[in-house]
Amino acid sequence: MSMQQPFEHTVTEHGPTVLRVVRAVLGPGPDADDAWSETFLAALRAWPDLPADTNVQAWLVRVAHRKAIDVTRGARRRAQPTDILPERPATTGLPETSAPDLWAAVAALPERQRLSLAYHYLGGLRHTETAELIGGSPEAVRRAAADGIRALRRTYTPEGAPR
Amino acid sequence: MNDTPENNVPTDRVGTDAVGTKSVATDSVGMDSGGRDDALLERLAPATDVAGLHRLLELRAEQDGLLDVSYRTVDSPVGALLLATTPVGLVRVAFDREGFDAVLEALATRLGPRVLRAPAKLDEAARQLEEYFAGTRTAFDLPLDRALSTGFRGQVHVYLPQISYGHTASYGEVAAAVGSPRAVRAVGSACATNPLPVVVPCHRVLRSDGSLGGYLGGAQAKNALLALEHAA
Repeated sequence: MSMQQPFEHTVTEHGPTVLRVVRAVLGPGPDADDAWSETFLAALRAWPDLPADTNVQAWLVRVAHRKAIDVTRGARRRAQPTDILPERPATTGLPETSAPDLWAAVAALPERQRLSLAYHYLGGLRHTETAELIGGSPEAVRRAAADGIRALRRTYTPEGAPR
Repeated sequence: MNDTPENNVPTDRVGTDAVGTKSVATDSVGMDSGGRDDALLERLAPATDVAGLHRLLELRAEQDGLLDVSYRTVDSPVGALLLATTPVGLVRVAFDREGFDAVLEALATRLGPRVLRAPAKLDEAARQLEEYFAGTRTAFDLPLDRALSTGFRGQVHVYLPQISYGHTASYGEVAAAVGSPRAVRAVGSACATNPLPVVVPCHRVLRSDGSLGGYLGGAQAKNALLALEHAA
């Protein structure tokens, strides 16, 4: 049985999660916005053929992983002096307006900690699934994610929370 | 799904207390960190940030012809209305009391699950409805998709716009007009299942004794529409 749920539900339910993931992977900004858009466009294309019992969030996070890689490759290609930036409508709020210190702390994490944190804590993938995406053992991924979140707690405390 | 406990991950989104997963809550920091992690992680993507991206998704989905159904809601004197369109035209108008979620799920099943809130495609329909409710429009000029009107009901739905603004007809008269004078009850059920109420004016069909008859949007809505048209 294939998917019959209105796609809009999926955007509403999982849009913020996917945005967290791609921002953690790519840093908040146009690249993350692009990866989010490409993820949901690809999802929209595939939607009618998706088995109805799919874990939609995990599926979306895997798609987002691939799209983040595509965007990174595209960004390298675009980094030519002759290139012209495509016009694009204003989309998300700038990262400066939402927890800039926290994003700086995320960006400062070693890559494996950052990716493990992105896919596990933000994307909800299991450590085994995260390991399939980024390589390494599930145990190493678990440690990296835990180290990452601990580093974030050290460098960033939400307003009003005891440090 | 039968992983070790360390590998169990909340299926919920960040923001539930399940995010304080065991791997963190019991690690060497040794403090109750779940609630603080929630706050920490929640701040990484405020929900409002997705609105702009949603608009971009609407544009690109539209450009790529990916949508089975676009929809929006509008306010009206008879309550919130859901408007839905296919690439062919307006396919559904629904009253609040029908339950918009249920209506959208039915549309996904009937017409395809690529259903997206995309208001721009319905700007013209929304504008004409606004004019209608303001009393400055007496007929709709919109492309309609009759995909949800089949068989005899479809014949009735196609006929209904011939009952002009400010006029009414009885179920029997409509039955006669579509060539099945004995099918009075079938006309009643056709009106009750009109997928495009207001735009396709089933509210102009009354019982032969002049009493109201049923209405998908409720008797109050039917009365309000007839009063608007000074027909009651």
